[in-house]
Amino acid sequence: MSHSTAVASPSAPSVAELQRIASQVRRDIVRQVHAVQSGHPGGSLGCADFFTALYFSILRHDPKAWSMDGAGQDLFFLSNGHISPVWYSVLARSGYFPVQELATFRRISSRLQGHPTTHEGLPGVRMASGSLGQGLSVAMGAALAKKLNGDQHLIYTLHGDGELQEGQIWEAAMFAAAKKVDNLISTVDWNGRQIDGDVDDVLSLGDLCGKWTAFGWDVLEMNGNSMDEVLSTMAQAKARTGKGKPVMVLMRTEMGQGVDFMMHSHAWHGIAPNDAQLGSALEQLEETLGDF
Amino acid sequence: MTHYPILDQKDTRSGFGAGLLELGRTNPSVVALCADLTGSLKMDAFEKAFPERFFQVGIAEANMMGVAAGLTIGGKIPFTGTFANFSTGRVYDQIRQSIAYAGKNVKICASHAGLTLGEDGATHQILEDVGLMRMLPGMTVVVPADHNQTHQATLAISAHEGPCYLRFGRPKWPVFIPKDLPFEIGKAQVLTEGNDVTLIACGHLVWRALQAAEELEKAGISAEVINLHTIKPLDEAAVLASVAKTGCVVTCEEHNRLGGMGDAVAQVLCTHRPTPQEYVAVNDSFGESGTPDELLAKYGLDVPDITAAARKVMARK
Repeated sequence: MSHSTAVASPSAPSVAELQRIASQVRRDIVRQVHAVQSGHPGGSLGCADFFTALYFSILRHDPKAWSMDGAGQDLFFLSNGHISPVWYSVLARSGYFPVQELATFRRISSRLQGHPTTHEGLPGVRMASGSLGQGLSVAMGAALAKKLNGDQHLIYTLHGDGELQEGQIWEAAMFAAAKKVDNLISTVDWNGRQIDGDVDDVLSLGDLCGKWTAFGWDVLEMNGNSMDEVLSTMAQAKARTGKGKPVMVLMRTEMGQGVDFMMHSHAWHGIAPNDAQLGSALEQLEETLGDF
Repeated sequence: MTHYPILDQKDTRSGFGAGLLELGRTNPSVVALCADLTGSLKMDAFEKAFPERFFQVGIAEANMMGVAAGLTIGGKIPFTGTFANFSTGRVYDQIRQSIAYAGKNVKICASHAGLTLGEDGATHQILEDVGLMRMLPGMTVVVPADHNQTHQATLAISAHEGPCYLRFGRPKWPVFIPKDLPFEIGKAQVLTEGNDVTLIACGHLVWRALQAAEELEKAGISAEVINLHTIKPLDEAAVLASVAKTGCVVTCEEHNRLGGMGDAVAQVLCTHRPTPQEYVAVNDSFGESGTPDELLAKYGLDVPDITAAARKVMARK
């Protein structure tokens, strides 16, 4: 399927334009984490293409008309809240708050808390996340409210693959299918890594596609580091909503994608680059929109 | 003293059910969720009348709390229903992050609290829930005294913006609060005035405190009885005004003595007006199977325990 089928409107950016945005998002990630010497760059980098596609092409949203209820807009929920650097970057770059505010990430009195929250009133964030496994339940509540309100817009979620070890995820998975929450597109960052090592070594997820299918979801797979594939697969996912089943997109990614020394390991899950490493990372990532 | 006739014998959970049904009729934003205890929570009337606004989530309380939090985002006022144990301890992290920290307008409605759950025993008799809930920033904690007041409190929390914990119980219990007695969250009720000792109670033990006050009156002791139905925010002015008069206080609660209403009162007193206090509460133990009356007697929450505590605290003045 061509990426053109996923273009939401005539003004939607091209794949090349999205890739240029994603490069800046990756710079934002490593610069945020480096500046405060704290945060989670690995998963953030791996999901940069997905977040860029989501906020600059897929979501029907109006950052300038932000409201908690999000009436008349698509909503996104980040369940694996520790990859906040990538979310903050696309929120700022798409207009939810000033890009310069990225400089406050994880600092005292900032709205950009280590894990995302509504507590400080950051536009674009509708739920606190960080303690894992809770986001799917919350997103389903928002999806049910949309149905009650006659709002045809969609709910999107992202979860970590390690996060799927939490039992609440499977309570929610059962509920979504049983109650036909079909205005919901969930995605899993299937990078195969978590803090203590490879997911297969820590606690294998087994047949992940089979599990979601058996739970009654309509399941798609995609390469989350291919902008073409993200756009086309998410368009397929959208086409499958409203048919009585929740939709799951299992997204293969590479933790640390875009920064060579952060890839192919779980080591960069939650540590910050030093000055030399930052320099090396930034050499690999073109500054396309101007650094914060 | 003011005497309160027994108007009826009804369970407080039915007061919740009646309140929820009334809200279904009067407030289209109200929705309800239940984790396979619809009959026990008396939510069946709401489910029947408003099926599109009722969500049966199955035996999955963690998911229920998250779904409730999400429903608030679309402007709904969700009431969750399950036993108090499964409404708090089982789902503490979900409440902490997705409801309290996120500031969501969820009403956590908890039945079968405390020892008076009875024969099911200690696994279900949570005695720690008020402590757990009052520690959460922004959480309102309400423990009404009888059926009528539970009905009133259900209506009141719907109109209160922010997360609320409403605690009630299983057994039939004396109904004595007049339906026209105003109920306001955070406003304690002086049920009878007295000068010698203050009895502060919540939940089922309010009736026991009134019985104790009658016993004390026969012995020439004038007890003031305060129904502290809201544990948080606590009506500090009412507590301080009463102890300024009586100089001593007995707190009465169906809860562990650690962390509950008694501790909340003690914090007010030690901060503003150090005053002798005795606790009528469960002495840091779990419960067991038995009838409600047997359990209240065995665990020291009965009328003689309150009168004894009153005499003891008066001697400490």
